[in-house]
Amino acid sequence: MTETLTLDKPRSPRRPAARRSNFELYSWLFMRLSGLALVVLVLGHLFIMNIVDGGVHRIDFAFVAGRWSSPFWQFWDLLMLWLAQLHGGNGLRTIIDDYARKDTTRFWLKIMLYASMVVILVLGTLVIFTFDPTIA
Amino acid sequence: MTSTAAVLDNTANTASEIPAPDGSVTVTVKIQRFNPEVDSEPHWESYDVPALPTDRVLNLLINIKGYVDGTLSFRRSCAHGICGSDAMQINGMNRLACKVLVKDLLAKKGKPTTITVAPIKGLPVMKDLYVDMEPFFEAFRAVKPFLISYGNEPSRERIQSPADRERFDDTTKCILCACCTTSCPVYWADGSYFGPAAIVNAHRFIFDSRDEGAEERLDILNDTEGVWRCRTTFNCTDACPRGIQVTKAIQEVKRALLFKRV
Repeated sequence: MTETLTLDKPRSPRRPAARRSNFELYSWLFMRLSGLALVVLVLGHLFIMNIVDGGVHRIDFAFVAGRWSSPFWQFWDLLMLWLAQLHGGNGLRTIIDDYARKDTTRFWLKIMLYASMVVILVLGTLVIFTFDPTIA
Repeated sequence: MTSTAAVLDNTANTASEIPAPDGSVTVTVKIQRFNPEVDSEPHWESYDVPALPTDRVLNLLINIKGYVDGTLSFRRSCAHGICGSDAMQINGMNRLACKVLVKDLLAKKGKPTTITVAPIKGLPVMKDLYVDMEPFFEAFRAVKPFLISYGNEPSRERIQSPADRERFDDTTKCILCACCTTSCPVYWADGSYFGPAAIVNAHRFIFDSRDEGAEERLDILNDTEGVWRCRTTFNCTDACPRGIQVTKAIQEVKRALLFKRV
């Protein structure tokens, strides 16, 4: 076959040997389990914030301070933050793997994704644990 | 032939030479054509041909090739749904052209019928409906689709109970036509994914009690491009001309990996 007949070949003919890693298995499992947990956590959160007791109109600094004085709600919000961030991040990782055509694009998109995940996780965790109800 | 002229004025190629038997109706067959020596990208061409309701789409293609345009290229071997050569996208669905009857594609009474035929997606088009199957077979070979056994060869046949045979019966039916793999959106987007057909053929040996290579194959399918890429869209199950429950087979491989049990 001559060079002029070379058509777009999106597939490479060789593939590397299996890496014997269970990472994809665990991330697949994590998506299912965190998804189930998030159904309860997020719907519960939306119910408390928007429907119960006057809903969104009663939310102010004092309301948030009151909730976060309880370790239970601290733990709820922390769990929701981490699960949602990792669940969404893992989903985006899969989408990047699917749709990025070039290895360099894939690499930089993933760097951006992981960086944004770290920023939001660190910031959120910091706020939940260092929240000071007396500054108002 | 006059293929380029036909594109320019965009008129349907008529086929007065094709014999029209009693009871035949005229249908328009719209085919995605591509000649790598002339065209820079694929284009559509329409052919008005006589068709009996009992004709298969393959008959129409053979008639077009025989009477209208001999340059039309497509694969077909047995023409009876066994060899799996003539997989193509017919009216947007991956089917074997030799198994689709015209009567199932006819428009409502009085309305004109158009049958769209395109090559299967996700594999490089070489010419017209003819694609390079090598990436597909590469994935197939990569899952080791052959009996692996260790130790001494038995002096008799390898005995298997009907119940053990039943476990992989469904996946023995695969004819490697590529209908499933080229209907998979994950495969379209990421060609290094093994694809449903390779997983089906791995399943056929993983769950075979006579085979001892299950662990090797499970390791291969546990990797980045393995079964965990599957999004259970069921396109493969819908496309399979042999009625294999492809998505179910993929799920069984996932379960074997998850619970470390074949």
